[in-house]
Amino acid sequence: MSAEQFAHLSNLAIYSATVVYALALLVHIAEWASAFEVHHHEVADVLVPVGSSSARSGISVVTPGESSRRPGEPRSDRTDTFGQIAMSLTVLAFGIHLVGVISRGLAADRVPWGNMYEFSTTGALAVTGAFLALSWRYQLSWLGLLVTAFTTTVLGVAVLALYVPAGPLVPALHSYWLVIHVAAAAIAGGAYTVGAMASVLYLVKSRWSGGYLDRLPSKEDIDRLAYRVHAFAFPTWTFAVLCGAIWAEYAWGRYWGWDPKEVWALITWVVYAAYLHARATAGWQGKAAAYIALVGFGTFLFNFIGINLWGSGLHSYAGV
Amino acid sequence: MTQTSAPVLAPLEFARWIWRQLTSMRTALILLFLLAIAAVPGSVIPQERVDPLAVTRYRQTHPSLSQWYDRLGMFHVYSSIWFGAVYVLLMLSLLGCFIPRTRVYLTALRARPPKAPRNLVRLQASAQFESSTAAEQVADRAAAELRRKRFRVDSYVDGEGRHVVTAEKGYLREAGNLIFHVSVLVVLVGVAYGALYGYKGAVLVVDGQGFSNTLSQYDEFTPGGRFNADDLPPFSLHVDDFHVSFQPDGPQVGAPREFDADLTYTAEPGDTPKTYDLQVNHPLQIDGTSVYLVGHGYAPDITVRDGDGNVAFSGPVPFLPQDASFTSYGVIKAPDAEPGQLAFEGYFLPTLQFDKTRGPISVFPDALNPALVLLAYHGDLGLDAGLPQSVYELNRSGLKRFTRADGQPFRMQLQPGQSITLPNDAGSITFKGVDRFVKLQISRSPAKLVPLAGVLAAIAGLIASLFIRPRRAWVRATDADGRTVIEVAGLDRRMGGDLQAEVDALAAALHDVHEEKESV
Repeated sequence: MSAEQFAHLSNLAIYSATVVYALALLVHIAEWASAFEVHHHEVADVLVPVGSSSARSGISVVTPGESSRRPGEPRSDRTDTFGQIAMSLTVLAFGIHLVGVISRGLAADRVPWGNMYEFSTTGALAVTGAFLALSWRYQLSWLGLLVTAFTTTVLGVAVLALYVPAGPLVPALHSYWLVIHVAAAAIAGGAYTVGAMASVLYLVKSRWSGGYLDRLPSKEDIDRLAYRVHAFAFPTWTFAVLCGAIWAEYAWGRYWGWDPKEVWALITWVVYAAYLHARATAGWQGKAAAYIALVGFGTFLFNFIGINLWGSGLHSYAGV
Repeated sequence: MTQTSAPVLAPLEFARWIWRQLTSMRTALILLFLLAIAAVPGSVIPQERVDPLAVTRYRQTHPSLSQWYDRLGMFHVYSSIWFGAVYVLLMLSLLGCFIPRTRVYLTALRARPPKAPRNLVRLQASAQFESSTAAEQVADRAAAELRRKRFRVDSYVDGEGRHVVTAEKGYLREAGNLIFHVSVLVVLVGVAYGALYGYKGAVLVVDGQGFSNTLSQYDEFTPGGRFNADDLPPFSLHVDDFHVSFQPDGPQVGAPREFDADLTYTAEPGDTPKTYDLQVNHPLQIDGTSVYLVGHGYAPDITVRDGDGNVAFSGPVPFLPQDASFTSYGVIKAPDAEPGQLAFEGYFLPTLQFDKTRGPISVFPDALNPALVLLAYHGDLGLDAGLPQSVYELNRSGLKRFTRADGQPFRMQLQPGQSITLPNDAGSITFKGVDRFVKLQISRSPAKLVPLAGVLAAIAGLIASLFIRPRRAWVRATDADGRTVIEVAGLDRRMGGDLQAEVDALAAALHDVHEEKESV
């Protein structure tokens, strides 16, 4: 296939993936809504707090809704069916999305992360990939609503606002450090995103209950998942910043120059360091730590979106 | 320290109180947030060290605000006192946390695993069963099993004659934690050292010309606090050939595709010259100093003749690129011109096109249709005042613009090979051709391997401290009327994995002893 054909295939795949993610999102919404019906009519005799069955176990053995599911319970079954359909759609969308990202790379004959459109599509792929990989190990379909909402939004914005045709790189990006630095940043970013979603659900569950929320794992299990994901993301982010510094030393003659992108990478690092400390400090665990994680995610997003749009500093070649 | 109701603390006690506050985790958290917030203004307000030109522009557009910013050090946030204060406090807090924890850790490394709590069944994860195997054998088997799982194991018989095995693993978690924190210190010390003893400079070298590494040859030079100009290594280099290409079409038209410079350099006077292909992301290393290709531009080759017909200036003049189409601004000074000094100021346009509203503009960065658009001046350049003057700026206070007969400024547009005579036979200017220049950044950050090693150690420490789960296990075997009651329990304060499954596995291993005995 020629570069143009790959470019065309990539565009087609990204459009299709966006649509399929959106479908998955709709089915997830139906899943949550159907659980609310259960809540309204049958809450008294069906729902048992999920946490009670899992007081001493890890996430791996918790099946959300297990305690509320009974044989021949039609509404509850419908919720599960919706969940399964949504999950299948997400897997399908991920496959198409992967084709889109890979063919984009083949069209440009390089790694597909040379401008903001490509960072967004690759970043969204990292988030869904992280979600599916974690779902394979743990029972995580309850995060699906947030994940598909996020991916649909990111891909939608990428397609509508950020699109640039595939093309070669500016000389500043000619380096294998592009592959390592951006890949590490994307993986860490994907994990931060999943961690932020878990933190949001933790905060929601700390405040409200009922409906689908009762089918989620216990607050403690969600919190533990958030911690694990962040514990993975933080060293990966440290590594990404380190690679950036080494690359900066090669490209610009200094490993740290207080460029806005560097400053915000450091701010993100410091906030997540605070998150890890908060989890080990009396009085800062739980909700406070979850809020810190969300602040950290905010700084990460600002670095990706705000700094690129402002266009100041040395990372502005990243292009909008 | 005893808690007394004394209203005034003794100085030593007060110091201890301050130290305890400073080294508490809560203070560390607050300092981390302060550091994050303190770093923000430097990413919003232009910084002297990052982009001095942007600071100058900012001062011009916001004069009164700039005065306040100056007082607060907002144009050099990362070397300001308040930013320094936050990170010095954070370092102190880190040290104050690190030192006692290291002491505790070293003691813990030598200590035996803790004795079994009274009530094992009430721990996080536990199992209890009976066996016909003797208590002592069960204990031996448990100790062997736990050693196989790489626990540190201790056995004893307690006051009630029960056989107890106590075990602990995961000591490397705290080691990782300590390594991470000390590595952060190493990184900061390494960065500070590099900044103090290093330097950063930039120079424009025209294609076909050379540079030797002495202070006077630099266009910009930022030394570290402890840098000594005599430490500049005595290398020299020559730009033999510079190539550049731009995207000719498509949506990214005009984007640079590649640029590289063929260099010949000598590390020390008298050495054999060597060649190097200098590219972005591919610096030249000489003697711990690095030479980077950071930019390029045009240097029109110009000859200025004065009113007497003598050559007052001749050579390529770098014009600084102002936009993506390489519209470049520059100044030509001819101080030797007679009877009066001459100067020219204006733009070089690599691909000239005439726009109805904007006049002559450049539409493409490559030199496809190059032109110079200049204004000419005569008078005093102000060079004799003894004040340093940039070669890229014109001090117009002593200069007068040449005008046409109708009083309008005398505006010249030249293409390569053209000459224009100034009004009143004051002289002439010839645009002989277009050369290019490269912008080289020359810098040295000594000891850069120190922060690198520091970050690598920090990541290793982090991984150990986040993923190693310290666990404790106890097995207690009690003789009860010929049967043995066995209690197994585990403790994992990190709540990371599935502790119950591990306890069950250990219990099953001890069951096997029993099973085997039965079958014999």
